[in-house]
Amino acid sequence: MSRTIYITGIGAISAQTEESVFSEKSVVYTSNIFQAISPNFKEYIPAMALRRMSKAIKMGLTAVKMALQDANVELPDAIITGTGEGCKQDTEKFLGSMLSQEEDLLTPTSFIQSTHNTVGGQIALNLGCSGYNVTYSQERASLESALIDSVLLLNEKPSLNSVLVGGVDEVSNKITSFGYLNGFLKQEEIENLSLFSHKSEGTITSEGAFFFNLTTENKKDSYAQLKAVSSFNAESPIEVSEKITEFLSRNSLRPKDLDIVFLGKNGDLDQDKVYDELQYTIFPKTCQLAYKHLSGEFNTVTGFAIWLSCLIFRRQQIPDILKLNAVPSSNPKNILLYNLASNTSHSVILLQKP
Amino acid sequence: MSDLRTELKQSIIVQLNLEELTIEDIDNNDSLFGDGLGLDSIDALELIVLLEKDYGIKLTDPNQGKEIFISINKMAEYIESHRTK
Repeated sequence: MSRTIYITGIGAISAQTEESVFSEKSVVYTSNIFQAISPNFKEYIPAMALRRMSKAIKMGLTAVKMALQDANVELPDAIITGTGEGCKQDTEKFLGSMLSQEEDLLTPTSFIQSTHNTVGGQIALNLGCSGYNVTYSQERASLESALIDSVLLLNEKPSLNSVLVGGVDEVSNKITSFGYLNGFLKQEEIENLSLFSHKSEGTITSEGAFFFNLTTENKKDSYAQLKAVSSFNAESPIEVSEKITEFLSRNSLRPKDLDIVFLGKNGDLDQDKVYDELQYTIFPKTCQLAYKHLSGEFNTVTGFAIWLSCLIFRRQQIPDILKLNAVPSSNPKNILLYNLASNTSHSVILLQKP
Repeated sequence: MSDLRTELKQSIIVQLNLEELTIEDIDNNDSLFGDGLGLDSIDALELIVLLEKDYGIKLTDPNQGKEIFISINKMAEYIESHRTK
């Protein structure tokens, strides 16, 4: 039987803040690419270490320190990171130098930091953590893969006091803007809060870092139980419905037992068809929420939904800006997060109030 | 002569992302490593590349860096006598 796992600390950096979302004053962006709101990184990272870090590393390390501080943990036993595209800014810098300097006289920093596991490595170096350290990079399933590994690790070693798991991705000038060319981004610039009213292909994007401290011990300040995580392949909306129902059944739940379903709708006409089907078939009487109009779409953005879910459990408040329907949920206990990772790849995360 | 030192300080600030520092904060005799600016081994590699790229000086023995990268003055003296561009 799987161990009960609790989220006891959270750290998040995104295009929104807790205050902006829960006080119904969401930050508005008018470009399809927007940046995360940076905290004062110097409060978390020494200036000499900070100077060499790209934004992904700064965000990742700061989110980790926020989560550890929140969980009252000094040193984690394990660090598990998900990142879809790693440190894109340094990758761009390195590739730019290769071109401009004809592959000669390349400086080491951007090369070292262009690797995907740099964030996890820098976190470990900064904390002095020599424990288990793994980075998962499976595009939009990167964070989910990291979460699955953290669940397996805690089942294998339930005495671990702190398993840090999270996701981080950053925007960069050129690589991110390629999204206009391949159809990932909407062709016309839109305001983020109107994302779901634009019936066109493509979406909006941003960046962020989300880390969670996991343990098998329920603390008095635990935010949520990480009940189950799964990713699966399905070809049709009907098959998706079946797989979600099976997933819930494995966790002794039926769709109607859910208090909230967090849908990863991103405003892309093609992808949102799958979500629309779920909204009207298996979750018509469930409180439906969406979040990518606030966060933008990126590979590890489900971290934003986990963070919001933790805060909903804690605050017992559901901001109106998230609501897709009018079904009320006064005391949510079960939250399902569903995200479409690609045309056939899907992920589900089940959270319960501790 | 002082122009080279100013130019070096500017290059080091940019190349090593020393965002907190200005040219005025770096004394010509300050130690670049250790208790001075606190640079590290990765910075040393960046400085080796900087010497070659900007002044055409190729250090074949990395240990030479220990003698050259002591301070701005030492770097400038070495550049003045070895530069090819």
